[in-house]
Amino acid sequence: MPKLTAKSATLLVLAALIAITPFFFPSGYYYRVGALIFVNGLAVTGIVILTGYAGQISLGHAGFAGIGGYACALAPVHLGLHPSLAVLLGAVISGVLAWLVGRPILRLKGYYLAVATLGFGILVSMVLNNERDLTGGPDGIAVPELGLRGLLKDWGLDLTNGQFWYFFCGIVLLIGAWIALNLHQSPTGRALRALHGSEIAAGTVGIDVTRIKLQAFVISAVYASVAGSLVALQNKFITPDIAGFMHSIEMVTMAVLGGAGSVLGAIFGAGILTLLPQALTVLAEYEQLVLGLVMMLVMIFLREGLLPSILRKLRGRGE
Amino acid sequence: MSELLQFLFSGLTVGAVYALVALGFTIIYNASDVVNFAQGEFVMLGGMITWFAHAAGLPLPLAALLAIIATAALGVAINKLAIEPARGAPIVTLIIITIGASVFVQGAAQLVFDKQIHTFPAFSGDTPLRVMDATIQPQSLWVIGGALVVFVGLWLFFTRTLLGRAVLATSNNRLAAQLVGINTNFVMTLSFALSAGIGALAGVLATPITLTAYNVGIGFALKGFAGAMLGGMGNPKGALAGGFLIGLIEAMTAGYLSSTYKEAAAFVVILLVLFFMPQGLFGRKSTERV
Repeated sequence: MPKLTAKSATLLVLAALIAITPFFFPSGYYYRVGALIFVNGLAVTGIVILTGYAGQISLGHAGFAGIGGYACALAPVHLGLHPSLAVLLGAVISGVLAWLVGRPILRLKGYYLAVATLGFGILVSMVLNNERDLTGGPDGIAVPELGLRGLLKDWGLDLTNGQFWYFFCGIVLLIGAWIALNLHQSPTGRALRALHGSEIAAGTVGIDVTRIKLQAFVISAVYASVAGSLVALQNKFITPDIAGFMHSIEMVTMAVLGGAGSVLGAIFGAGILTLLPQALTVLAEYEQLVLGLVMMLVMIFLREGLLPSILRKLRGRGE
Repeated sequence: MSELLQFLFSGLTVGAVYALVALGFTIIYNASDVVNFAQGEFVMLGGMITWFAHAAGLPLPLAALLAIIATAALGVAINKLAIEPARGAPIVTLIIITIGASVFVQGAAQLVFDKQIHTFPAFSGDTPLRVMDATIQPQSLWVIGGALVVFVGLWLFFTRTLLGRAVLATSNNRLAAQLVGINTNFVMTLSFALSAGIGALAGVLATPITLTAYNVGIGFALKGFAGAMLGGMGNPKGALAGGFLIGLIEAMTAGYLSSTYKEAAAFVVILLVLFFMPQGLFGRKSTERV
């Protein structure tokens, strides 16, 4: 039997999970939760590229999700764009903004980078909250229908709303994971990982540190933006919460919980943190408490994250 | 002119709070090279605990004292339970841990207290004092005075006491400090207690003016950090000056540009400082850290 590469193994596992889990859904509601996990997984895959590969932190990535989400609300109304093009527009705006902001910001390291990105995220959410005439302020704004489901129906594929978004987000996540995994093996990915080890060492072997970091930042911003767009389109509604500080923190927590170094791990983390409040509604009150606790405990005891730690343990026992 | 003076007063008032937060950042940063993102939560707890203890029947000064002691104890707990076990971890890890602590404290405050906005009476009444054509609240004088007293107190502590010098020695070179017999673990614990206590004091002094709620911490942390950075990370003089400057910039932005975007001022300052003078106004002198 030919040995599977880690890349195709990851993609196979993901695809199988997406395809098989619906058979165990007791009700249609679970399609919605599944779609939410995939969307979070997509955003978190972007964090893997930035934090897991390149070792750079961003506490403002929800800002890009906000841009993606509001692009889907505003571009169809004000520019007459089709919602699918609005997703693209949001991604382009996020990418360009990440490039502009990232050039000066990414010269910074550690704490300074964290605070600069945090400030950026807060600025975006401030604009979304304050420009009421455009964004509807804290109350949020309606988002037009994507329309793809209707199209599929015309072609004879009749899915419920929940089913459609489940599979659609699942496919987008697969594409996102595929790109991230390819990036991991590309020269850029190797350069990123070299950066993670030591920026100075990476620089001395001729890696253009600033350019590579900027690339990772832009790519991860696009991931967050597309995820934000999907949330907006699926809910047909969006509020500035999507760009809020807590959402940025959630993204980072999901990534480190599952294991920021691996795409599958991070998606696993996204799954757990998305399911937790759903599974235990009583947890709603305790959500922040649990989130904070998870961040601390994982970073203190399981620095690689949950999935890599579990896998290592299993492997250790198998031998 | 009276308008400018009025903005100046309000800038100095909030600036004093930011300066206290910035001093808190500085103390911990110097002792351990950790930037504690939970610093803003100490301010929140100072205000919240005081309010609840006061509402439960304790006289205000006693409630305030309780708040400061309890917050200092929490600072020590964060150091012992979360920072010390992760010693030597990469910075990204430490950032996530202290942010986790901040989110955790916020979540706990929501549960233990509530989600309302609270305030308690000003210490010496609400009759504004007239200064030239402008007015200033007596509570503002408490806040500004508090910041100055804390700064002088810290200065005396670090320059005149053995313990203070031990902290300085640890910040200069941890290993060397250990070799001459300084208990660096104790120094770190002390730094967290001091820093948390000062943060709580800021919360106690400021709450009659700025109000308090479980989620105000992050704003204080961001602006305190901006102040500490503007002054030069690790430099207490810089923290004091930087905190006041951020407050003034914010007040001027609110007065002359846009009150909805006054919060953006701190962020813009952060970015400008980082781009143009990463060492901050006072630089970072490793030999003369007060």
